[in-house]
Amino acid sequence: MDALDTQKQAENFLAALRAGDERAFMSLVEQYHPTMVRVARGFVGTEAIAEEVVQDAWMGVISGIESFEGRSSLKWWILCILTNCAKTRGQKERRSVPFSSMGVDGDDPAVAPERFLDDSQPRWAGGWAVPPQVWGEDRLMSREMLELVERAIQRLPDGQREVILLRDVEGLDSNQVGALLGLTEANQRVLLHRARSRVRAALESYMATGERGS
Amino acid sequence: MTTVFREYLTCKELVELVTDYLEDRLSAEQRLKFDQHLNWCPPCRHYLEQIQATIHAAGRLTEHNVPDAAKETLLEAFRHFKSQQR
Repeated sequence: MDALDTQKQAENFLAALRAGDERAFMSLVEQYHPTMVRVARGFVGTEAIAEEVVQDAWMGVISGIESFEGRSSLKWWILCILTNCAKTRGQKERRSVPFSSMGVDGDDPAVAPERFLDDSQPRWAGGWAVPPQVWGEDRLMSREMLELVERAIQRLPDGQREVILLRDVEGLDSNQVGALLGLTEANQRVLLHRARSRVRAALESYMATGERGS
Repeated sequence: MTTVFREYLTCKELVELVTDYLEDRLSAEQRLKFDQHLNWCPPCRHYLEQIQATIHAAGRLTEHNVPDAAKETLLEAFRHFKSQQR
């Protein structure tokens, strides 16, 4: 029933867009524009060019909405248009960095090595020296926490940022993200792992209440 | 990522397998080691919970602000296109 309702809603929304409903269009812009700019930023050299790419993508959405068949989600269709525009622009700029090789090499531990006991204590080597503390219930999902997450994501290297934005912020699945970014499943998982690890680490000092975990 | 031949995972190894665990990409054997480790290691349970909270928080980043200038331009483009269609 829910799925049918959702489908009905999607159809109504699409019909409104096609009929030229400006409120429907603006709600689409508010929902996707910021993510589109952030995703585009990974493909091109500057914020200003990313904004231009997103404008181009919106033109594609406006002119293509009649022929959108609704077999995929609107979000997916919009992001496909966006990444196509971004790739084309990136190639023109010769800044087309293949995500497949971006930030996957090298060592980037999820947790700083000094947080673990070293080989001088053979029995416990690799165990926590400085264990994670329990996070305060009152801080979970607080505005401050969400702001920290947002800022931590902005600071990530391009490849990691693209993947966490599309997977965890936008909720696409790994096949969809692989197709959009041209990433193998394994490399995508490495980038996602590093991104989530870094964002968690950025939250740690705020979230720990100072109380010992029980 | 570290290949583990021992019968158990260390905490340092576990944190590197968290994404594979959540994405269901561990072998049955690795998954068992992971679950067994969690059973006796509260700090690693906290760690996993923190990663899950991080993912959940990322999914809540819905407060989006679009600059007014960009909104105006797009609305203008939308109107223009629609008016030409008629």
